[in-house]
Amino acid sequence: MRRGLTIFVAFTVLMALVPFVADNYVVRLCTFLCMYSALALSWNVIGGYAGYPSFSTAGFFGLGAYAGALVQNTGMSPVLSWLVATVVVAVFAASLGRAILRMKGHYFAIGSLAIVEVLRLVASSWASLTGGGDGLNVRILEGGPDFIGRVFLFAMMAMMVLAFVVTVVVDRTRLGFGLRCIKQNEDAADMVGIDVTSYKTAAFTLSAMFCGTVGAIYASWVAYIDPSDAFSTLLSLKVPVMTLLGGPGTVLGPVVGAWIFVILEEMIWAQFLELNRAILGLVIVLLIFTLPGGLLGLQMPSWNWRALIGLRDRVPEAR
Amino acid sequence: MSAAVLEVQSLSRAFGGVQAVDEVSFALNPGEIVGLIGPNGAGKTTLVNLITGVVRPSAGVVRFHGRDVTRQRPWQAARSGLARTFQVVQPFPEMTVLENVAAGALFAGQASSRADAEAAARNHLEFVGLAYEAHRPAAALPLPGRKRLELAKSLAMNPKVLLLDEVNAGLNTGEIEHALTLMRAIAKRGITILIIEHLMKVVLTLSQRILVLHHGKLISQGDPQTVIQDPAVVEAYLGTKFAERQKRLAHG
Repeated sequence: MRRGLTIFVAFTVLMALVPFVADNYVVRLCTFLCMYSALALSWNVIGGYAGYPSFSTAGFFGLGAYAGALVQNTGMSPVLSWLVATVVVAVFAASLGRAILRMKGHYFAIGSLAIVEVLRLVASSWASLTGGGDGLNVRILEGGPDFIGRVFLFAMMAMMVLAFVVTVVVDRTRLGFGLRCIKQNEDAADMVGIDVTSYKTAAFTLSAMFCGTVGAIYASWVAYIDPSDAFSTLLSLKVPVMTLLGGPGTVLGPVVGAWIFVILEEMIWAQFLELNRAILGLVIVLLIFTLPGGLLGLQMPSWNWRALIGLRDRVPEAR
Repeated sequence: MSAAVLEVQSLSRAFGGVQAVDEVSFALNPGEIVGLIGPNGAGKTTLVNLITGVVRPSAGVVRFHGRDVTRQRPWQAARSGLARTFQVVQPFPEMTVLENVAAGALFAGQASSRADAEAAARNHLEFVGLAYEAHRPAAALPLPGRKRLELAKSLAMNPKVLLLDEVNAGLNTGEIEHALTLMRAIAKRGITILIIEHLMKVVLTLSQRILVLHHGKLISQGDPQTVIQDPAVVEAYLGTKFAERQKRLAHG
C-alpha cells in the first residue's frame, strides 16, 4: 500500500513536469493517460469492489460531455460547467441505479450497456438541443495550443488524483468493506446487516460521477463532440479491461492498467497500421486469461492453464 | 411469564400451490432455548426466512420486542438483533475467517471501526474455537469449521435472538458435543435461541420447549417430554420405534 502510493505520487509528479520538457504530442498522451486512469479508477468502485460488471462508462462519460458542453455554450465558465455536468450525471446515475442494480451478473452487464445505447440515440435524435449527428461545437479556450494543452493535462491529472484519493478512502472505510462483502456473497452481505441496495447505488453513483466530470472536461478539451464519439461502446469496454489488466479491487491496479494499456495501444497503433486492433485484442485476451488477478496479483505466479483452455471457472465458487 | 422477545402470529406463506407455512403462531421468551423440529419439507427454513425478512409472508405478523417487523429487510433484522445462520453456510469465500466475522461486528454489531470489528471478531473466534484459523480464507475451511464460522459471524452481530438452522448437520459426535457446549454458553449470555435440528439427542438435551412443524402447520408445542409422546408428532416425524425407546428410557 505504501509502495503503491509512492509509485503513484512519483508518476504523477513526473507527468506534471512533462509540459516543461516535452512537445505537445507527449502532453496529449499524458492527458489521455490521466483521463483513462481516472475512468479506470472510477470503474473499479462498481466493477472491482462491488463486482458489478458495469458497461455504462461511456454512457456517463457522454452524458457528462453533452451536459458540460451545453452549459459551457451558454457562456458559463468551463470549471462551473464541469461541476454542473457532474451533478447531472450523479442525479441520473442515482435514480437509475436502484432500478438497474436489481439485476445481477450478465443481466446487469447487458442492462448497463443498454444505457449507453439509449443515451446515444437520445443525443443523435434530439437534434434541436444536441445538434444530432452533426455534433456539437464547444467554445475553445483562449491562450493558444501550448497553454490549452497544459490546462487540460492538469485538469485530467486533478481528476486522476481525486479518483485515487476517493478509492483509498473507499478502500479503508466501511463502504469498501461492505462492497467487498457484496461482491463475494450478496445474500450473506444482506444477512450481516449491510443495506445492499444503498451500498450498490452509492458505488454506482460514485463511479458515474467521475465519468461525468471526465466527459465534460474531455468535451471542453477536444472542443467538438458527436454522439458516436461521446457514447463510444469501445470506451465502455476499454475501461474495464484496463482495470482488470492492472488488478481489480485494488487501489493502484486501475492506474497501472490504464498506463500500460494506453502505452501499448499507442505503440501497436504506430507499428501496425493495418492489424493494430486485432493485435491489441489478442494481447488483451492473453493478459486477462493469464493474469486473473491483474498485474498487481503477480506476486504469486498464477498461470491457470485449466482456465485458459476453459476447463474450469477462474474463480472457484465456494457455496 | 415475562413479555415475549419474538412473537409470531398466524404467519403464512404459499409458494404456488404449496402452503409452505400455514397459520403458524408461537412466541419466544427471553433467554429460552426452543427446538423447532419436523420432517424434511415441513417449512422450518421457510419459517426462519419469513421471520428474518428473506421471504415476505403472505399473511401474519412478526413482532420483535413488541414492534411489528413483518416487512423488514434482512439487513434491518440483522441490525435490530435478530441473527440467523444458514443451513447451507454462506461465507464470504475469499475473505479471511477473521474478516468474515468482522463484517458481522461492523455492520450489525456494535463495532465503530474496522479495527474495533476485528478485535471483536477475534474474541468470537476464540469463543467458538476457530481462532487458529483466523487468517485462512473462509473457502479453505472444512465443513465443521464453516459451521463454526457461521456461528461466530452471527454472534458478532450481537443478537438478542439467534435462529440456528441445522448448525450441527454433517458434524461428527465429538464436534456435536463441542457445539452443545457452545450453545449452552450462548444461552447463558441471555441470548434467546431457536434451533432447527434433526438430531433428537441435541434437541432433547438443549431445548426447554419444542415446536413441531408438519406440512407447514404447527402440530404440537410444549415441553420436550410431552411433545415427543404426542401421537401426532410420533406419527408425523419421530416414528413408533423412537417413541417406544423414549418410553423405556423414561421408565428406567
